[in-house]
Amino acid sequence: MSATAKTSALPKVRAATTSLAGCFGCHMSFLDIDERILDLMQIVEFDRSPLTDIKHCGPCDIALIEGGCCNAENVHVLRELRANAKILVAVGACAINGGLPALRNSLDVGDILNEVYRTPDGAASNVPKDPELPLLFDKVYPVNEVVRVDYFIPGCPPSGDTIWKFLNDLILGRMPRLDPQLMHYD
Amino acid sequence: MTPPDSTILIDDVPVPFEPGQTILEAALEAGVFIPHLCFHPELGAHGSCRLCNVIVNGRNISACTMKAASGQEIEVDTWLGESAQAYRRTLVQMLFVEGNHFCPSCEKSGNCQLQALGYDSEMMTPHFVEFYPHRPVDASHPDVLLDLNRCILCELCVRASRDMDGKSVFALAGRGMASHIVVNSPSGKLGDTNFSATDKAAHVCPVGAILIKRVGFAKPIGQRRYDLEPISEEATPRREVEEAK
Repeated sequence: MSATAKTSALPKVRAATTSLAGCFGCHMSFLDIDERILDLMQIVEFDRSPLTDIKHCGPCDIALIEGGCCNAENVHVLRELRANAKILVAVGACAINGGLPALRNSLDVGDILNEVYRTPDGAASNVPKDPELPLLFDKVYPVNEVVRVDYFIPGCPPSGDTIWKFLNDLILGRMPRLDPQLMHYD
Repeated sequence: MTPPDSTILIDDVPVPFEPGQTILEAALEAGVFIPHLCFHPELGAHGSCRLCNVIVNGRNISACTMKAASGQEIEVDTWLGESAQAYRRTLVQMLFVEGNHFCPSCEKSGNCQLQALGYDSEMMTPHFVEFYPHRPVDASHPDVLLDLNRCILCELCVRASRDMDGKSVFALAGRGMASHIVVNSPSGKLGDTNFSATDKAAHVCPVGAILIKRVGFAKPIGQRRYDLEPISEEATPRREVEEAK
């Protein structure tokens, strides 16, 4: 990051990340920034994130959300991050339009559960009903249908370079924009 | 400046036209890009997608249906001085949420004009509430897949099948929100028609609704048409192409 020297005297940017109804592919793609993460760590520190294993989010500057909302726990986590983050970013296809999990959206969720959990002979259905399990929604919802979202990074997943360009723009106070070669929905 | 006869001004650039040509045809022939989805050079205008809407002498009109006429001053990149990008992006966003446009699972990704116009208008999100309509896939044809989840109702397949193939395999049925493509066979299945993978109608779909089977990934994702070049930069002047022949 070119402005590392200039910004290192400033308080670090606090960032949180989470994966809701996603595959962690966007997090893996974020790690594709490779050794640039060392530059990033000069000016960013992570709050709640799979990288830190912190379970609950405190006040932070940026929250990166991967995945849409398929159950009540997703919404709980998303609202916690929205309440704590100044800037909330939807990362990847699932966060933006539901993505792969949303392929179930045109089907009845009851039918799907019965199909998946019925016994091999088809006689009975063993749909899990442990109260510990979060309530499954009728549909998978993009995050912008649940909370206000400030920025979106499309892609499945967005490449490491795309995420890097976006974070550079955002942290250095530029309007985040993606060049055509970084702009992909697939 | 007053343009001479047979010339229109598109974003202050003089563009020649021939009598009977529409603004869009004249622009594309001169290599000036105007976004469009439902227009095809061999099938003409439809005027339904509204992506090609421009300002002609202060009025908003679709460039594919408006005949070019001398004295026209046309705004493409701006609408009445304001950037037109946000308007076009909104149209693309509405097309995205109306269907199930899940690019990562689509064989057309990278060659899709709807996706390319999303890139070109810097659409980062479909923004509106998703409809998630239920549209089953018709895989009954041995060589062609019909996936209306991605259909944008441009009717290019309807027009190509009727006007070029002479088969009338497709038609538009229903009204308003219920509009959808139907297949002309007693079962409603594509496999029960005389549709062929060599038909023109099998090759005009701007999105991934009509796909030829078994060639989907012959060219890998990342090396496709709009992966390499934005759709707005591919408008090769047709006149130059013909002169080079």
